[in-house]
Amino acid sequence: MNGFSFSRWLGILIKEFIQLRRDRLTFGMIVMLPIMQLLLFGFAINSDPRHMPTAVVMADPGPFARAYVAAMKNSEYFRIIGTVDAREANTLLDSGEVQFVVTFPPGFNRDLVRGTAPTLLVEADATDPMATGGAISVLNQLGSEVFAPELPGARATPAKSIDLRIQRRYNPEGITSYNVVPGLLGVILTMTMILMTGLAMTRERERGTFENLLATPATPLEVMTGKIVPYVLIGLIQVVLVLAAARQIFDVPMYGSLPLLFAVVLLFILANLTLGITFSSIAKNQLQAMQMTFFFFLPSMLLSGFMFPFRGMPEWAQVIGNVLPLTHFLVLVRGILLKGNGVELLWGHIWPIALFMLTVLALGIKTFRRTLD
Amino acid sequence: MDGTAPIIDVTGLNKHFGDKHVVKDLSLQVSQGEIFGFLGPNGSGKTTSIRMLCGLLTPDSGSGTCLGMDVITESAGIKRKVGYMTQRFSLWEDLTIAENLDFVARMFGMPRRREAVDRALEDLGLSTRRKQLAGTLSGGWKQRLALASCLLHEPKLLLLDEPTAGVDPKARRDFWEEIHRLSNAGITVLVSTHYMDEAERCHRLGYIAYGELLASGSGEEVVRSQHLVTFEISGDIAPGMAEALRKLPGSELVASFGSALHVSGRDGPLLERGLAAQVADGALKMRRVDTSLEDAFINLMQGSRDQFEAAP
Repeated sequence: MNGFSFSRWLGILIKEFIQLRRDRLTFGMIVMLPIMQLLLFGFAINSDPRHMPTAVVMADPGPFARAYVAAMKNSEYFRIIGTVDAREANTLLDSGEVQFVVTFPPGFNRDLVRGTAPTLLVEADATDPMATGGAISVLNQLGSEVFAPELPGARATPAKSIDLRIQRRYNPEGITSYNVVPGLLGVILTMTMILMTGLAMTRERERGTFENLLATPATPLEVMTGKIVPYVLIGLIQVVLVLAAARQIFDVPMYGSLPLLFAVVLLFILANLTLGITFSSIAKNQLQAMQMTFFFFLPSMLLSGFMFPFRGMPEWAQVIGNVLPLTHFLVLVRGILLKGNGVELLWGHIWPIALFMLTVLALGIKTFRRTLD
Repeated sequence: MDGTAPIIDVTGLNKHFGDKHVVKDLSLQVSQGEIFGFLGPNGSGKTTSIRMLCGLLTPDSGSGTCLGMDVITESAGIKRKVGYMTQRFSLWEDLTIAENLDFVARMFGMPRRREAVDRALEDLGLSTRRKQLAGTLSGGWKQRLALASCLLHEPKLLLLDEPTAGVDPKARRDFWEEIHRLSNAGITVLVSTHYMDEAERCHRLGYIAYGELLASGSGEEVVRSQHLVTFEISGDIAPGMAEALRKLPGSELVASFGSALHVSGRDGPLLERGLAAQVADGALKMRRVDTSLEDAFINLMQGSRDQFEAAP
């Protein structure tokens, strides 16, 4: 008798759609916000992070190679996490665990002494070109500084001692918008999803219509989910909008699987909607819901790796950042679009979002029951 | 009325909001087809009482039934059978008239939704304006729409919370005619109001102040329960007259009625002697009149306030 009624749920859904259509301001926000943010942040400027995790593939562990690695460490741009084999290195780079892989070829030390300029391969995760830019420019100088005092005469001429080859993986031309535009997807969804659901419930309460809704046999679950679904669709429309812009205007490549991308996006949308509904059952009015949204939105922008490279942030900020769904979503979206990552590499960033959602949902249902009385 | 169980039958309902004891030991019986008027000053607990009856609020203590269902455990069932009209217009202003009715019909899972909505629009006389946004309706029309929406699922009990606030006299009259028509059809109505003329249209009344039901019964019974004797003073009334009469021994209540004054008190002979002295010069006339419902209510309100202020 008190179970979930599909027709009631459908009734709530239809009502939400009609109201949404009549609310010009909200409707404008849905369309304008993605476009505005795209234009505003499309050319964001980032800082110069250091201590970036780097893996070394060492085929010739001689003194010169060791000296070079030590010099990299001393430059403060690199944090050497260890020596691995080539396949492992590739996985580390794909999953985003390291920013750089440095490969010393066989015979590196010998060739160096002979003066035949051995090849030093540096692969960089250039999805965020700003994060790698500073480090790469340092690498260029490092060769001459390290080897010049050790090598005799003409062979010490800079740039001749080694043949430094840098591969900017995933974003070979170092285009900032490759990084920013997928990131915007997350920022726009965070902003609009939380805000709109936050307002949807408090609006009912402020106008007094909530009482009418509660006087009907509709259950909390019907009301909550009936209100969420229209916004899920709106979120997906925004995603299509941003992806189309990414493709058409910014030429962002899309290597990964689109179904996987949409699955991840859906999870992220749900996490944000849950938070929005929870905010609105805590907030007393629309203004408070708005304030809560911004209170959450600001750290999401600043600490998620959207504004500044995540690895450039201090430890404590990274801890906070790791709680935020946006942080993980950024890794996921960039991973799928730019690197073509599959689910097995991304799992480590999927479960934190799911955990966040479940925690907030539990909190939301608890507070929703309380406000019914 | 006819020996059947009361539609509303609750005893000892209590509700607290934080430290505030909003409703104290409310006991109420309302029979089928009765129009029960709920009176009392603002903030006296009328709305809270009504919300407890229709399952929107859970009482802190107490027990009882509404339409034969338990108010504590079967609130979901009660919601299905009760029409509740909120104090403020609480339909969706950004939905049209027809959309509002359609939504409510869906919420109550009505089998022949479209027909029910069309019929309601017809009865309202709003068929031609069905696509008008509810927010653009005047106060009287909003009230009629709200009533129609809570009648849509054919409830057996109507709970109306100050339904006529801000509605013009003609619309109020029409509204009450509708209420009596529904009552004749066997629907029980509990209505809260501030207006005396509306109180007089109810079969029975309850007066609530500071969360306590102070008196209940028919209008006559409520008046009689106050044991007041009332005199009307008419003639050439000087500006300071009411003040002077208020200070007379035995005078408890002085109210202006047009060009006359009503003076009431519980000690009839004492009051009469004092008043007789006042009208001795012949410029004023005095006669004994029936105590009005309004006199009785004002007396109740004063009494409860004195009591409330005397309490620690």
